[in-house]
Amino acid sequence: MARTRDCGDPPASDGAIAAARDALAAVFREESGRLAASVMRILGDFDLAEEVVQDALLAAWRQWPAEGIPDRPGAWLWTVARRRAIDLVRRDRRLADRAAVLAFPVEQADEDDRLMLVFTCCHPALSPEARIALTLRTVAGLTTAEIASAFVVSEAAIVQRLTRARRKIATAGIPYRIPADDELGDRLSGVLAVIYLMFNEGYLSSGGRHPQRRDLTEDAEWMAGMLAHLMPAEPEVLGLLALIRLHRARVPARFDGSGSLVLLKDQDRSRWDHAAITAAADLLVKAAQLRRPGPYQLQAAIVACHAEAPSWPETDWMQITLLYDALITHLPSPVTRLHRAIALSHVLGPQAALEATDPLEPALDRYHLYHATRAELLRQLGRTAEARRADQRALGLTANPAERSLLEQRLA
Amino acid sequence: MKYLLLFCGSAEDAAAFEALTQEELRTRYAQVGAWFGEHNAKIGATGQLQGPQTATCVRFGPDGPPVVTDGPYLEGKEGIGGYAEIDVADLDEALRVARTWPGRGTVEIRPLLTER
Repeated sequence: MARTRDCGDPPASDGAIAAARDALAAVFREESGRLAASVMRILGDFDLAEEVVQDALLAAWRQWPAEGIPDRPGAWLWTVARRRAIDLVRRDRRLADRAAVLAFPVEQADEDDRLMLVFTCCHPALSPEARIALTLRTVAGLTTAEIASAFVVSEAAIVQRLTRARRKIATAGIPYRIPADDELGDRLSGVLAVIYLMFNEGYLSSGGRHPQRRDLTEDAEWMAGMLAHLMPAEPEVLGLLALIRLHRARVPARFDGSGSLVLLKDQDRSRWDHAAITAAADLLVKAAQLRRPGPYQLQAAIVACHAEAPSWPETDWMQITLLYDALITHLPSPVTRLHRAIALSHVLGPQAALEATDPLEPALDRYHLYHATRAELLRQLGRTAEARRADQRALGLTANPAERSLLEQRLA
Repeated sequence: MKYLLLFCGSAEDAAAFEALTQEELRTRYAQVGAWFGEHNAKIGATGQLQGPQTATCVRFGPDGPPVVTDGPYLEGKEGIGGYAEIDVADLDEALRVARTWPGRGTVEIRPLLTER
Protein backbone atom coordinates (compact mmCIF):
# COMPACT_ATOMS: atom_id res chain seq x y z
CA MET A 1 0.00 0.00 0.00
CA ALA A 2 1.26 3.46 -0.85
CA ARG A 3 2.59 5.41 2.07
CA THR A 4 3.71 8.99 2.08
CA ARG A 5 5.98 10.94 4.33
CA ASP A 6 5.67 14.62 4.85
CA CYS A 7 9.27 15.77 5.18
CA GLY A 8 10.43 17.20 1.92
CA ASP A 9 8.94 14.59 -0.37
CA PRO A 10 9.66 15.24 -4.03
CA PRO A 11 6.49 15.68 -6.11
CA ALA A 12 5.19 12.21 -7.04
CA SER A 13 4.80 12.85 -10.74
CA ASP A 14 5.28 9.24 -11.79
CA GLY A 15 5.29 5.71 -10.45
CA ALA A 16 9.05 5.45 -10.18
CA ILE A 17 9.25 8.38 -7.81
CA ALA A 18 6.38 7.02 -5.75
CA ALA A 19 8.07 3.62 -5.56
CA ALA A 20 11.35 5.21 -4.51
CA ARG A 21 9.53 7.14 -1.83
CA ASP A 22 7.82 3.99 -0.54
CA ALA A 23 11.17 2.20 -0.43
CA LEU A 24 12.57 5.10 1.55
CA ALA A 25 9.63 5.03 3.97
CA ALA A 26 10.04 1.27 4.48
CA VAL A 27 13.75 1.67 5.24
CA PHE A 28 12.96 4.44 7.69
CA ARG A 29 10.42 2.36 9.55
CA GLU A 30 12.81 -0.58 9.77
CA GLU A 31 15.79 1.51 10.84
CA SER A 32 14.52 4.25 13.13
CA GLY A 33 13.62 1.93 16.01
CA ARG A 34 16.97 0.15 15.78
CA LEU A 35 18.76 3.48 15.71
CA ALA A 36 16.81 4.77 18.72
CA ALA A 37 17.65 1.55 20.57
CA SER A 38 21.37 1.87 19.80
CA VAL A 39 21.49 5.49 20.88
CA MET A 40 19.46 4.81 24.03
CA ARG A 41 21.84 2.06 25.06
CA ILE A 42 24.69 4.55 25.08
CA LEU A 43 23.06 7.78 26.23
CA GLY A 44 20.52 6.23 28.59
CA ASP A 45 18.37 9.33 28.22
CA PHE A 46 15.20 9.36 26.16
CA ASP A 47 15.21 13.10 25.49
CA LEU A 48 18.78 13.22 24.25
CA ALA A 49 18.35 10.01 22.26
CA GLU A 50 15.32 11.52 20.56
CA GLU A 51 17.30 14.60 19.57
CA VAL A 52 20.13 12.55 18.14
CA VAL A 53 17.84 10.18 16.24
CA GLN A 54 15.89 13.11 14.79
CA ASP A 55 19.03 14.76 13.50
CA ALA A 56 20.24 11.56 11.87
CA LEU A 57 16.88 10.87 10.21
CA LEU A 58 16.66 14.42 8.98
CA ALA A 59 20.11 14.15 7.42
CA ALA A 60 18.99 10.98 5.65
CA TRP A 61 15.84 12.70 4.37
CA ARG A 62 17.99 15.41 2.88
CA GLN A 63 20.61 13.17 1.28
CA TRP A 64 19.06 9.83 0.36
CA PRO A 65 16.50 10.99 -2.20
CA ALA A 66 19.31 12.60 -4.19
CA GLU A 67 22.15 10.15 -3.53
CA GLY A 68 20.14 6.95 -3.23
CA ILE A 69 19.63 4.73 -0.19
CA PRO A 70 23.01 3.49 1.10
CA ASP A 71 23.75 -0.26 0.98
CA ARG A 72 23.71 -0.43 4.76
CA PRO A 73 21.27 2.32 5.75
CA GLY A 74 21.45 1.36 9.44
CA ALA A 75 25.22 1.79 9.53
CA TRP A 76 24.96 5.13 7.72
CA LEU A 77 22.40 6.43 10.23
CA TRP A 78 24.41 5.07 13.14
CA THR A 79 27.54 6.92 11.99
CA VAL A 80 25.68 10.23 11.71
CA ALA A 81 23.92 9.67 15.05
CA ARG A 82 27.14 8.76 16.82
CA ARG A 83 28.85 11.93 15.58
CA ARG A 84 25.92 14.00 16.80
CA ALA A 85 25.87 12.18 20.13
CA ILE A 86 29.56 12.93 20.69
CA ASP A 87 28.82 16.64 20.14
CA LEU A 88 26.02 16.55 22.69
CA VAL A 89 28.05 14.63 25.23
CA ARG A 90 30.89 17.16 24.99
CA ARG A 91 28.44 19.91 25.87
CA ASP A 92 26.87 18.11 28.83
CA ARG A 93 29.18 17.23 31.70
CA ARG A 94 26.60 14.87 33.21
CA LEU A 95 27.31 12.64 30.23
CA ALA A 96 31.10 12.95 30.28
CA ASP A 97 31.53 9.26 31.05
CA ARG A 98 29.75 8.35 27.81
CA ALA A 99 32.21 10.18 25.57
CA ALA A 100 34.72 7.34 25.63
CA VAL A 101 32.10 4.79 24.68
CA LEU A 102 31.00 6.91 21.75
CA ALA A 103 34.48 7.73 20.54
CA PHE A 104 35.16 4.10 19.68
CA PRO A 105 33.31 2.43 16.87
CA VAL A 106 30.39 0.67 18.52
CA GLU A 107 28.43 -2.18 17.10
CA GLN A 108 24.93 -1.38 16.03
CA ALA A 109 22.35 -2.56 18.56
CA ASP A 110 21.22 -6.12 18.21
CA GLU A 111 17.52 -6.70 18.02
CA ASP A 112 17.01 -7.28 21.73
CA ASP A 113 17.63 -3.58 22.17
CA ARG A 114 14.58 -2.77 20.12
CA LEU A 115 12.61 -5.01 22.43
CA MET A 116 13.80 -2.96 25.42
CA LEU A 117 12.58 0.12 23.63
CA VAL A 118 9.15 -1.47 23.20
CA PHE A 119 8.90 -2.39 26.87
CA THR A 120 9.91 1.10 27.99
CA CYS A 121 7.50 2.84 25.60
CA CYS A 122 4.64 0.57 26.75
CA HIS A 123 5.40 0.85 30.46
CA PRO A 124 2.23 0.75 32.60
CA ALA A 125 3.34 3.89 34.47
CA LEU A 126 2.64 5.89 31.28
CA SER A 127 -0.89 6.80 30.23
CA PRO A 128 -2.35 4.61 27.46
CA GLU A 129 -2.37 7.55 25.01
CA ALA A 130 1.27 8.27 25.80
CA ARG A 131 2.22 4.61 25.30
CA ILE A 132 0.73 4.53 21.80
CA ALA A 133 2.19 7.88 20.74
CA LEU A 134 5.63 7.04 22.12
CA THR A 135 5.67 3.60 20.52
CA LEU A 136 4.66 5.02 17.15
CA ARG A 137 7.25 7.76 17.45
CA THR A 138 10.21 5.88 18.86
CA VAL A 139 9.79 2.29 17.71
CA ALA A 140 7.96 2.72 14.39
CA GLY A 141 9.61 6.05 13.53
CA LEU A 142 6.46 8.00 12.66
CA THR A 143 6.77 11.77 12.58
CA THR A 144 4.73 13.78 15.09
CA ALA A 145 2.68 15.06 12.13
CA GLU A 146 1.83 11.49 11.13
CA ILE A 147 0.79 10.57 14.67
CA ALA A 148 -1.32 13.75 14.91
CA SER A 149 -3.05 12.88 11.64
CA ALA A 150 -3.80 9.34 12.87
CA PHE A 151 -5.53 10.62 15.99
CA VAL A 152 -6.99 13.76 14.34
CA VAL A 153 -5.46 16.01 16.98
CA SER A 154 -3.06 18.92 16.63
CA GLU A 155 0.62 18.23 16.21
CA ALA A 156 1.26 20.47 19.24
CA ALA A 157 -0.87 18.13 21.37
CA ILE A 158 1.17 15.11 20.25
CA VAL A 159 4.46 16.93 20.85
CA GLN A 160 3.30 17.78 24.37
CA ARG A 161 2.15 14.19 25.01
CA LEU A 162 5.55 12.86 23.89
CA THR A 163 7.50 15.44 25.88
CA ARG A 164 5.58 14.62 29.07
CA ALA A 165 6.07 10.89 28.52
CA ARG A 166 9.83 11.21 27.96
CA ARG A 167 10.15 13.43 31.00
CA LYS A 168 8.31 10.91 33.12
CA ILE A 169 10.54 8.09 31.87
CA ALA A 170 13.57 10.06 32.99
CA THR A 171 12.34 11.52 36.29
CA ALA A 172 10.29 8.58 37.54
CA GLY A 173 13.06 6.10 36.76
CA ILE A 174 11.18 3.93 34.26
CA PRO A 175 13.86 1.39 33.35
CA TYR A 176 15.22 0.64 29.90
CA ARG A 177 15.37 -3.14 29.92
CA ILE A 178 13.40 -6.29 29.32
CA PRO A 179 11.31 -7.07 32.40
CA ALA A 180 12.38 -9.86 34.76
CA ASP A 181 10.98 -13.33 34.06
CA ASP A 182 8.29 -13.14 36.73
CA GLU A 183 7.02 -9.84 35.30
CA LEU A 184 7.42 -10.65 31.62
CA GLY A 185 3.97 -12.19 31.13
CA ASP A 186 2.10 -9.18 32.49
CA ARG A 187 4.30 -6.67 30.77
CA LEU A 188 4.05 -8.47 27.43
CA SER A 189 0.26 -8.41 27.78
CA GLY A 190 0.59 -4.66 28.28
CA VAL A 191 2.65 -4.31 25.09
CA LEU A 192 0.16 -6.39 23.10
CA ALA A 193 -2.68 -4.27 24.47
CA VAL A 194 -0.95 -1.13 23.16
CA ILE A 195 -0.56 -2.68 19.69
CA TYR A 196 -4.16 -3.89 19.70
CA LEU A 197 -5.38 -0.44 20.77
CA MET A 198 -3.30 1.04 17.95
CA PHE A 199 -4.93 -1.40 15.54
CA ASN A 200 -8.45 -0.66 16.79
CA GLU A 201 -7.88 3.07 16.57
CA GLY A 202 -7.04 2.64 12.89
CA TYR A 203 -9.68 0.00 12.19
CA LEU A 204 -12.61 1.89 13.71
CA SER A 205 -11.69 5.19 12.13
CA SER A 206 -11.23 3.78 8.63
CA GLY A 207 -13.86 4.09 5.96
CA GLY A 208 -12.79 6.93 3.75
CA ARG A 209 -14.15 9.85 5.73
CA HIS A 210 -10.62 10.96 6.50
CA PRO A 211 -8.62 9.90 3.47
CA GLN A 212 -5.63 11.90 4.73
CA ARG A 213 -5.55 9.96 7.96
CA ARG A 214 -2.62 7.72 8.67
CA ASP A 215 -3.57 4.02 8.52
CA LEU A 216 -2.65 2.79 11.99
CA THR A 217 -3.74 -0.77 11.19
CA GLU A 218 -0.68 -1.05 8.96
CA ASP A 219 1.58 0.28 11.73
CA ALA A 220 0.02 -2.13 14.22
CA GLU A 221 0.63 -5.05 11.84
CA TRP A 222 4.22 -3.98 11.40
CA MET A 223 4.69 -3.72 15.19
CA ALA A 224 3.14 -7.14 15.80
CA GLY A 225 5.30 -8.59 13.02
CA MET A 226 8.44 -7.12 14.54
CA LEU A 227 7.50 -8.51 17.95
CA ALA A 228 6.74 -11.94 16.46
CA HIS A 229 10.20 -11.88 14.88
CA LEU A 230 11.84 -10.97 18.20
CA MET A 231 9.72 -13.29 20.40
CA PRO A 232 8.86 -16.26 18.17
CA ALA A 233 8.15 -18.53 21.16
CA GLU A 234 5.40 -16.30 22.56
CA PRO A 235 2.11 -17.69 21.22
CA GLU A 236 0.07 -14.61 22.13
CA VAL A 237 2.34 -12.43 20.00
CA LEU A 238 1.69 -14.76 17.05
CA GLY A 239 -2.00 -14.73 17.95
CA LEU A 240 -2.18 -10.95 17.85
CA LEU A 241 -0.32 -10.84 14.53
CA ALA A 242 -2.75 -13.39 13.07
CA LEU A 243 -5.72 -11.45 14.45
CA ILE A 244 -4.57 -8.21 12.86
CA ARG A 245 -3.81 -9.88 9.53
CA LEU A 246 -7.19 -11.62 9.47
CA HIS A 247 -9.01 -8.35 10.07
CA ARG A 248 -6.96 -6.51 7.49
CA ALA A 249 -7.57 -9.27 4.93
CA ARG A 250 -11.28 -8.47 5.04
CA VAL A 251 -11.00 -4.68 4.87
CA PRO A 252 -11.68 -4.42 1.09
CA ALA A 253 -15.22 -5.72 1.66
CA ARG A 254 -16.03 -3.72 4.79
CA PHE A 255 -17.36 -0.62 3.03
CA ASP A 256 -19.53 -0.20 -0.03
CA GLY A 257 -18.96 2.35 -2.80
CA SER A 258 -20.62 5.13 -0.83
CA GLY A 259 -18.49 4.50 2.27
CA SER A 260 -21.22 2.73 4.27
CA LEU A 261 -20.31 -0.13 6.58
CA VAL A 262 -21.21 -3.58 5.18
CA LEU A 263 -22.06 -6.21 7.80
CA LEU A 264 -20.03 -9.42 7.80
CA LYS A 265 -22.97 -11.48 6.59
CA ASP A 266 -23.48 -9.20 3.59
CA GLN A 267 -19.84 -8.84 2.61
CA ASP A 268 -18.60 -9.96 -0.82
CA ARG A 269 -16.22 -12.70 0.31
CA SER A 270 -14.46 -12.82 -3.06
CA ARG A 271 -12.98 -9.41 -2.18
CA TRP A 272 -11.21 -10.77 0.89
CA ASP A 273 -7.49 -11.44 0.66
CA HIS A 274 -7.65 -15.24 0.82
CA ALA A 275 -3.90 -15.74 0.59
CA ALA A 276 -3.46 -13.54 3.68
CA ILE A 277 -6.23 -15.45 5.46
CA THR A 278 -4.51 -18.79 4.80
CA ALA A 279 -1.16 -17.42 5.95
CA ALA A 280 -2.71 -16.07 9.17
CA ALA A 281 -4.42 -19.40 9.83
CA ASP A 282 -1.02 -21.13 9.45
CA LEU A 283 0.42 -18.69 11.95
CA LEU A 284 -2.33 -19.64 14.39
CA VAL A 285 -1.50 -23.32 14.00
CA LYS A 286 2.11 -22.48 14.84
CA ALA A 287 0.94 -20.55 17.92
CA ALA A 288 -1.30 -23.43 19.02
CA GLN A 289 1.66 -25.80 18.88
CA LEU A 290 3.26 -23.80 21.69
CA ARG A 291 0.35 -25.00 23.85
CA ARG A 292 -0.33 -21.79 25.75
CA PRO A 293 -3.72 -20.52 24.59
CA GLY A 294 -4.65 -16.93 25.31
CA PRO A 295 -7.15 -14.24 24.42
CA TYR A 296 -5.48 -13.09 21.19
CA GLN A 297 -5.10 -16.62 19.82
CA LEU A 298 -8.74 -17.35 20.65
CA GLN A 299 -10.01 -14.12 19.12
CA ALA A 300 -7.94 -14.81 16.03
CA ALA A 301 -9.32 -18.37 15.87
CA ILE A 302 -12.86 -16.95 15.94
CA VAL A 303 -12.10 -14.48 13.18
CA ALA A 304 -10.41 -17.30 11.21
CA CYS A 305 -13.60 -19.38 11.46
CA HIS A 306 -15.47 -16.53 9.82
CA ALA A 307 -12.76 -15.82 7.29
CA GLU A 308 -12.51 -19.44 6.15
CA ALA A 309 -16.28 -19.99 5.89
CA PRO A 310 -17.38 -20.02 2.24
CA SER A 311 -20.57 -18.14 3.13
CA TRP A 312 -22.46 -16.77 6.13
CA PRO A 313 -24.86 -19.76 6.45
CA GLU A 314 -21.95 -22.20 6.14
CA THR A 315 -20.11 -20.65 9.09
CA ASP A 316 -19.14 -23.16 11.81
CA TRP A 317 -21.19 -21.51 14.56
CA MET A 318 -20.78 -24.41 16.96
CA GLN A 319 -17.00 -24.07 16.79
CA ILE A 320 -17.29 -20.29 17.23
CA THR A 321 -19.53 -20.70 20.28
CA LEU A 322 -17.01 -23.09 21.84
CA LEU A 323 -14.16 -20.69 21.12
CA TYR A 324 -16.13 -17.93 22.85
CA ASP A 325 -16.59 -20.21 25.86
CA ALA A 326 -12.82 -20.59 26.01
CA LEU A 327 -12.31 -16.86 25.47
CA ILE A 328 -14.64 -16.05 28.38
CA THR A 329 -12.34 -17.96 30.74
CA HIS A 330 -9.57 -15.51 29.73
CA LEU A 331 -11.65 -12.38 29.18
CA PRO A 332 -14.80 -12.70 31.26
CA SER A 333 -16.17 -9.38 29.99
CA PRO A 334 -19.83 -8.67 29.26
CA VAL A 335 -18.88 -7.74 25.68
CA THR A 336 -17.35 -11.19 25.14
CA ARG A 337 -20.56 -12.74 26.51
CA LEU A 338 -22.60 -10.60 24.11
CA HIS A 339 -20.56 -11.91 21.18
CA ARG A 340 -21.04 -15.44 22.42
CA ALA A 341 -24.80 -14.86 22.52
CA ILE A 342 -24.73 -13.82 18.85
CA ALA A 343 -22.92 -17.03 17.91
CA LEU A 344 -25.35 -18.99 20.06
CA SER A 345 -28.32 -17.58 18.14
CA HIS A 346 -27.07 -19.48 15.09
CA VAL A 347 -26.79 -22.72 17.04
CA LEU A 348 -29.82 -22.67 19.33
CA GLY A 349 -31.93 -19.87 17.84
CA PRO A 350 -32.85 -16.28 18.74
CA GLN A 351 -34.83 -17.08 21.90
CA ALA A 352 -31.89 -18.79 23.62
CA ALA A 353 -29.58 -15.98 22.52
CA LEU A 354 -31.94 -13.28 23.78
CA GLU A 355 -32.09 -14.99 27.16
CA ALA A 356 -28.28 -15.10 27.22
CA THR A 357 -28.18 -11.30 26.75
CA ASP A 358 -30.72 -10.56 29.54
CA PRO A 359 -28.22 -10.74 32.43
CA LEU A 360 -25.84 -8.38 30.57
CA GLU A 361 -28.18 -5.39 30.75
CA PRO A 362 -26.77 -3.73 33.89
CA ALA A 363 -23.24 -3.79 32.42
CA LEU A 364 -24.08 -3.00 28.79
CA ASP A 365 -27.10 -0.71 28.96
CA ARG A 366 -24.97 2.19 27.67
CA TYR A 367 -23.39 0.10 24.88
CA HIS A 368 -24.99 0.60 21.46
CA LEU A 369 -24.15 -2.88 20.16
CA TYR A 370 -25.99 -4.46 23.09
CA HIS A 371 -29.21 -2.82 21.95
CA ALA A 372 -28.49 -3.34 18.25
CA THR A 373 -27.93 -7.06 18.90
CA ARG A 374 -31.15 -7.39 20.87
CA ALA A 375 -33.00 -5.53 18.13
CA GLU A 376 -31.79 -8.10 15.61
CA LEU A 377 -32.83 -11.02 17.84
CA LEU A 378 -36.22 -9.46 18.64
CA ARG A 379 -36.86 -8.92 14.93
CA GLN A 380 -36.08 -12.60 14.27
CA LEU A 381 -38.66 -13.47 16.93
CA GLY A 382 -41.25 -11.24 15.24
CA ARG A 383 -41.29 -8.77 18.15
CA THR A 384 -40.97 -5.78 15.79
CA ALA A 385 -42.12 -3.00 18.13
CA GLU A 386 -39.56 -4.01 20.76
CA ALA A 387 -36.94 -4.38 18.03
CA ARG A 388 -37.58 -0.81 16.89
CA ARG A 389 -37.24 0.53 20.40
CA ALA A 390 -33.94 -1.31 20.81
CA ASP A 391 -32.61 0.10 17.50
CA GLN A 392 -33.59 3.60 18.59
CA ARG A 393 -31.79 3.04 21.87
CA ALA A 394 -28.68 1.93 19.94
CA LEU A 395 -28.85 4.95 17.65
CA GLY A 396 -28.89 7.28 20.64
CA LEU A 397 -25.68 5.70 21.96
CA THR A 398 -23.32 5.83 18.96
CA ALA A 399 -21.67 8.72 17.17
CA ASN A 400 -19.85 6.57 14.60
CA PRO A 401 -21.24 7.70 11.21
CA ALA A 402 -20.99 4.29 9.53
CA GLU A 403 -22.83 2.57 12.37
CA ARG A 404 -25.42 5.33 12.57
CA SER A 405 -26.28 5.06 8.89
CA LEU A 406 -26.76 1.29 9.26
CA LEU A 407 -29.15 1.75 12.20
CA GLU A 408 -31.01 4.52 10.42
CA GLN A 409 -31.57 2.17 7.47
CA ARG A 410 -33.08 -0.41 9.80
CA LEU A 411 -35.39 2.18 11.33
CA ALA A 412 -36.46 3.69 8.01
CA MET B 1 16.86 6.05 42.97
CA LYS B 2 14.92 7.21 45.96
CA TYR B 3 11.13 7.11 46.03
CA LEU B 4 8.55 8.03 48.62
CA LEU B 5 5.76 5.51 48.98
CA LEU B 6 2.65 7.34 50.14
CA PHE B 7 0.10 5.02 51.71
CA CYS B 8 -3.24 6.51 50.79
CA GLY B 9 -6.81 5.50 51.37
CA SER B 10 -10.36 6.50 50.59
CA ALA B 11 -13.24 6.75 53.07
CA GLU B 12 -14.23 3.21 51.98
CA ASP B 13 -10.73 1.93 52.69
CA ALA B 14 -10.89 3.55 56.12
CA ALA B 15 -14.31 2.00 56.80
CA ALA B 16 -13.04 -1.42 55.72
CA PHE B 17 -10.11 -1.03 58.09
CA GLU B 18 -12.42 0.01 60.97
CA ALA B 19 -14.57 -3.05 60.31
CA LEU B 20 -11.69 -5.50 60.84
CA THR B 21 -12.10 -7.82 63.84
CA GLN B 22 -9.44 -7.92 66.55
CA GLU B 23 -8.13 -11.13 65.03
CA GLU B 24 -8.00 -9.68 61.50
CA LEU B 25 -6.36 -6.55 62.83
CA ARG B 26 -3.62 -8.60 64.49
CA THR B 27 -3.04 -10.48 61.24
CA ARG B 28 -2.90 -7.24 59.25
CA TYR B 29 -0.36 -5.70 61.63
CA ALA B 30 1.72 -8.85 61.47
CA GLN B 31 1.68 -8.70 57.64
CA VAL B 32 2.68 -5.04 57.63
CA GLY B 33 5.48 -5.83 60.10
CA ALA B 34 6.67 -8.67 57.88
CA TRP B 35 6.59 -6.36 54.84
CA PHE B 36 8.83 -3.82 56.60
CA GLY B 37 11.11 -6.68 57.64
CA GLU B 38 11.33 -8.08 54.14
CA HIS B 39 12.21 -4.73 52.55
CA ASN B 40 14.25 -3.44 55.48
CA ALA B 41 17.44 -2.99 53.47
CA LYS B 42 15.74 -0.64 50.99
CA ILE B 43 13.63 1.35 53.44
CA GLY B 44 14.75 4.69 54.86
CA ALA B 45 12.56 7.08 56.83
CA THR B 46 9.04 5.87 57.57
CA GLY B 47 6.07 7.22 59.45
CA GLN B 48 2.42 6.81 60.14
CA LEU B 49 0.23 9.92 60.13
CA GLN B 50 -2.48 10.78 62.63
CA GLY B 51 -5.90 11.19 61.01
CA PRO B 52 -6.86 14.12 58.76
CA GLN B 53 -9.04 15.58 61.53
CA THR B 54 -5.79 16.33 63.39
CA ALA B 55 -4.28 18.31 60.50
CA THR B 56 -3.60 22.05 60.54
CA CYS B 57 -2.57 24.12 57.53
CA VAL B 58 -0.52 27.30 57.24
CA ARG B 59 -1.53 28.84 53.93
CA PHE B 60 0.51 31.51 52.20
CA GLY B 61 -1.57 33.83 50.07
CA PRO B 62 -0.26 36.17 47.36
CA ASP B 63 0.51 38.73 50.08
CA GLY B 64 0.05 39.31 53.81
CA PRO B 65 0.86 36.94 56.65
CA PRO B 66 0.05 33.23 56.31
CA VAL B 67 -3.36 32.03 57.45
CA VAL B 68 -3.72 29.11 59.83
CA THR B 69 -6.67 26.82 59.12
CA ASP B 70 -8.06 23.61 60.56
CA GLY B 71 -8.05 20.51 58.34
CA PRO B 72 -5.81 18.81 55.77
CA TYR B 73 -4.47 20.30 52.52
CA LEU B 74 -5.97 17.51 50.43
CA GLU B 75 -9.66 17.85 51.00
CA GLY B 76 -12.20 15.21 50.10
CA LYS B 77 -12.37 11.52 50.74
CA GLU B 78 -8.80 10.47 49.97
CA GLY B 79 -6.05 10.93 52.47
CA ILE B 80 -2.46 9.97 53.21
CA GLY B 81 -2.04 7.60 56.14
CA GLY B 82 1.70 7.08 56.12
CA TYR B 83 4.90 7.03 54.12
CA ALA B 84 8.10 5.11 53.57
CA GLU B 85 11.18 6.23 51.74
CA ILE B 86 12.80 3.49 49.66
CA ASP B 87 16.08 3.37 47.78
CA VAL B 88 15.89 1.03 44.76
CA ALA B 89 17.28 0.70 41.23
CA ASP B 90 14.32 1.98 39.25
CA LEU B 91 10.55 2.30 39.05
CA ASP B 92 10.08 -1.41 38.31
CA GLU B 93 11.74 -2.30 41.60
CA ALA B 94 9.68 0.35 43.42
CA LEU B 95 6.55 -1.16 41.87
CA ARG B 96 7.62 -4.60 42.99
CA VAL B 97 7.91 -3.36 46.59
CA ALA B 98 4.63 -1.41 46.44
CA ARG B 99 2.70 -4.33 44.94
CA THR B 100 3.32 -6.45 48.01
CA TRP B 101 2.08 -3.78 50.47
CA PRO B 102 -0.39 -5.61 52.75
CA GLY B 103 -2.13 -2.45 54.04
CA ARG B 104 -4.58 -2.20 51.08
CA GLY B 105 -5.82 1.20 49.86
CA THR B 106 -3.59 2.89 47.28
CA VAL B 107 0.18 3.34 47.26
CA GLU B 108 1.39 6.44 45.42
CA ILE B 109 5.01 6.23 44.27
CA ARG B 110 6.81 9.55 43.94
CA PRO B 111 10.44 9.85 42.90
CA LEU B 112 12.49 12.14 45.13
CA LEU B 113 14.40 14.92 43.46
CA THR B 114 18.11 14.18 43.63
CA GLU B 115 21.24 15.87 42.38
CA ARG B 116 22.57 14.11 39.33
